[in-house]
Amino acid sequence: MAAGGGGCPAGGNDFQWCFSQVKGAIDEDVAEADIISTVEFNYSGDLLATGDKGGRVVIFQREQENKSRPHSRGEYNVYSTFQSHEPEFDYLKSLEIEEKINKIRWLPQQNAAHFLLSTNDKTIKLWKISERDKRAEGYNLKDEDGRLRDPFRITALRVPILKPMDLMVEASPRRIFANAHTYHINSISVNSDHETYLSADDLRINLWHLEITDRSFNIVDIKPANMEELTEVITAAEFHPHQCNVFVYSSSKGTIRLCDMRSSALCDRHSKFFEEPEDPSSRSFFSEIISSISDVKFSHSGRYMMTRDYLSVKVWDLNMESRPVETHQVHEYLRSKLCSLYENDCIFDKFECCWNGSDSAIMTGSYNNFFRMFDRDTRRDVTLEASRESSKPRASLKPRKVCTGGKRRKDEISVDSLDFNKKILHTAWHPVDNVIAVAATNNLYIFQDKIN
Amino acid sequence: MAGASELGTGPGAAGGDGDDSLYPIAVLIDELRNEDVQLRLNSIKKLSTIALALGVERTRSELLPFLTDTIYDEDEVLLALAEQLGNFTGLVGGPDFAHCLLPPLENLATVEETVVRDKAVESLRQISQEHTPVALEAYFVPLVKRLASGDWFTSRTSACGLFSVCYPRASNAVKAEIRQQFRSLCSDDTPMVRRAAASKLGEFAKVLELDSVKSEIVPLFTSLASDEQDSVRLLAVEACVSIAQLLSQDDLETLVMPTLRQAAEDKSWRVRYMVADRFSELQKAMGPKITLNDLIPAFQNLLKDCEAEVRAAAAHKVKELGENLPIEDRETIIMNQILPYIKELVSDTNQHVKSALASVIMGLSTILGKENTIEHLLPLFLAQLKDECPDVRLNIISNLDCVNEVIGIRQLSQSLLPAIVELAEDAKWRVRLAIIEYMPLLAGQLGVEFFDEKLNSLCMAWLVDHVYAIREAATNNLMKLVQKFGTEWAQNTIVPKVLVMANDPNYLHRMTTLFCINALSEACGQEITTKQMLPIVLKMAGDQVANVRFNVAKSLQKIGPILDTNALQGEVKPVLQKLGQDEDMDVKYFAQEAISVLALA
Repeated sequence: MAAGGGGCPAGGNDFQWCFSQVKGAIDEDVAEADIISTVEFNYSGDLLATGDKGGRVVIFQREQENKSRPHSRGEYNVYSTFQSHEPEFDYLKSLEIEEKINKIRWLPQQNAAHFLLSTNDKTIKLWKISERDKRAEGYNLKDEDGRLRDPFRITALRVPILKPMDLMVEASPRRIFANAHTYHINSISVNSDHETYLSADDLRINLWHLEITDRSFNIVDIKPANMEELTEVITAAEFHPHQCNVFVYSSSKGTIRLCDMRSSALCDRHSKFFEEPEDPSSRSFFSEIISSISDVKFSHSGRYMMTRDYLSVKVWDLNMESRPVETHQVHEYLRSKLCSLYENDCIFDKFECCWNGSDSAIMTGSYNNFFRMFDRDTRRDVTLEASRESSKPRASLKPRKVCTGGKRRKDEISVDSLDFNKKILHTAWHPVDNVIAVAATNNLYIFQDKIN
Repeated sequence: MAGASELGTGPGAAGGDGDDSLYPIAVLIDELRNEDVQLRLNSIKKLSTIALALGVERTRSELLPFLTDTIYDEDEVLLALAEQLGNFTGLVGGPDFAHCLLPPLENLATVEETVVRDKAVESLRQISQEHTPVALEAYFVPLVKRLASGDWFTSRTSACGLFSVCYPRASNAVKAEIRQQFRSLCSDDTPMVRRAAASKLGEFAKVLELDSVKSEIVPLFTSLASDEQDSVRLLAVEACVSIAQLLSQDDLETLVMPTLRQAAEDKSWRVRYMVADRFSELQKAMGPKITLNDLIPAFQNLLKDCEAEVRAAAAHKVKELGENLPIEDRETIIMNQILPYIKELVSDTNQHVKSALASVIMGLSTILGKENTIEHLLPLFLAQLKDECPDVRLNIISNLDCVNEVIGIRQLSQSLLPAIVELAEDAKWRVRLAIIEYMPLLAGQLGVEFFDEKLNSLCMAWLVDHVYAIREAATNNLMKLVQKFGTEWAQNTIVPKVLVMANDPNYLHRMTTLFCINALSEACGQEITTKQMLPIVLKMAGDQVANVRFNVAKSLQKIGPILDTNALQGEVKPVLQKLGQDEDMDVKYFAQEAISVLALA
């Protein structure tokens, strides 16, 4: 690591990440409903959406530059909050449907309003978030204060007049895409053609038109005729950022399939199959579990994709199926702990990963409220922590180090004292600037590069 | 706010100082802002009434500015508003003021909801015609330009639909600008806009001068047809039809065909599907020479495409393709160039492909004539009649009449029978239902003898099917058969069998007898009804099941008008009176209804 210590990857330039904001309650005991379950910037980065286990969506808006308050640069403040999903009960299957928001995806902006898709396990909703700053005034049949006028004394007609009012942000559900998934939806992804999107559950991927709610096309179906022959499930799926016909999906076996929708209507046969040969020497009881891919993301350029498995994050060149071009260890020190992580179910945690705006750095989460960044050019990496302790305004983040050997140096933390209840599963990187949003249980941390 | 609507029924016309003709208008205006969408919608739909009461000046200066900013509303309200404004010219003071309607419609043309946007564009197109040439250039063209260069793609997509209406009436300088703007939308960054431009390309080409079509539209067409997004490319296929209609044969060959050839072999199945789906239109637009040289080979490829959706779309077009060929060459072309591919499709692996083919293949027999049909098509029909997929068999059977005209159905009857019997006994009741519906058609084609011998028993068996929908369809089927074969046939073959069921131990079957009588009485006439059916119905009035008894009452009501007065008074009336005293409420109700309808009280 360079002299800067906390110097961190982003576009090759070293700089310090510093604390900007933290959202959410400080209380020690966290309400289940407040746990953040997804974080997503919109295409411009001006809006940041989070979803939680209580089915709510909170949207933050970035403040404009303000000369009188220079420190408020880039601060995100609440713009709109709404209840996206409610708990439901499927009476036919006697099954509870949680309201938890699994994924949020923004649509490319089409007019002054903003649109996003949010999904729980079963139902996808299209929301419109719009502003209103005018109000109509003047009635014929009542006075300004609401008193009714004598209907017999109407001598002239009044047409309402629009007057300015305080800005009001409204969220309204525009479409509800339901009843298409037998299993739990794990991914949604908007196509670059701006009119379709896909939704993936454990065994199937469906293709929707954004304007049609009563019909979707099944494009992938891996359900075996006999469920006892089931050996793998779909864990994530995403459309290519530019080629409207290409999408990928990852599986619990650690493989990724790339499909071309041009070749046939049903994409059961993949065009490319990305798989890294297993190293027989490291094979163990947990090999299959930890190789399961929890997230797949195309780079902005569309040349690469990144996959996250339990211990590592891999970058694949779309032109090379045999092995990843980069493998970054996220928390290799947990390899010896897999047994206890299996017992407390942590081994099944689904960590997500994200690219920075220029595809030169990647970020993903770990335990103990740690998150990791990897610079692809310099091959340097850093561990940072999202914590209240370091949350003084504009305080630089200190790199953290986990001690793996016998001797623990100052400032290091031992593997055994990591808190596995504090996990960072969801992170997001601003599409242009060095601003990141990190969800730590019920808190959303926003960090940005230090302004000197 | 809700107050306004409640007052709607309030004051009468009596007295008061105010002008009471204003009151209903005042309510309408207030309800433009009611919380209830239905009331707002109602007000918007009566916008012309409001405008009329306000007069042209206030409509322009007050109502339209208010409506211009009413874009926050529900889609259905906005849709109604967009529609209303299209017919508003008279209410704002005539053509001289038509441009006052542009601001609200401009806003509506940028909303995200496609139906609303499309309606706003439709209204704008309508209003454009009412502009004077001067006003068109002063107001309308600038609006189109604003939309075309808007920040959001919703406004740019709307602009695409407006070029063709202002172009013909614009001056040459403006025309050049319009063409320029259309060009830039064709290479817009967002695929949404390129799609909108591609779908309006044909319409725009039609209003352009031929030179501009060649020099500008064709290059745009070529570039859209090779767009990186297949959703854009497939729309270019559609534009191809309109553009082709404007060009000479020679130009078609050099300007359009290279692109069309490329589309027919596109990497994306959706584009190839589009070529297959629009094949008949393309064939007509391109003319016989290109069809022969280029389109037929392309069609052959589509028929053996690797994607089933494409093959199915192409299979659907087989008959139309034949019909659109020049009469003198038809037979040879189909026989030599298409039939070999059709033979393959008969045993396709995909049932949609087979069933698409089965729905049109019979139509080829008229084109190919008797001998070819017997020699080449008949084996295919027979194979399809044995297909494992019921849809294929049904589609063949439903088109039997085409073939009957050419070779007579006798050729087929030996194979037809097993196919029909199998479908008639299919485990899926929808399949059984479908075949029943073709029974009258089959009966007509096969003749009464064949029918009695082979099919009559099937028709009777359906009457005791365990699915009600089948029994119901079977009943209607009997009526149609009687209409076809006459009353004598009915009396000899089906009436006795139906009446026997009146003694069936299953009450559902006993009811079927009644339903059949309802259906058959009219077709059979007074004599049969009175002599054979009526006694059975009357006897069933003593049935132990109430459902049967009240259906007796209903049947009597139905057949009553056919009977003569003696029978009505002497036989029907006492029975109905007795049923009118029945212990069961429903029986009583229907008996009394029958008594009053038949005027027997």
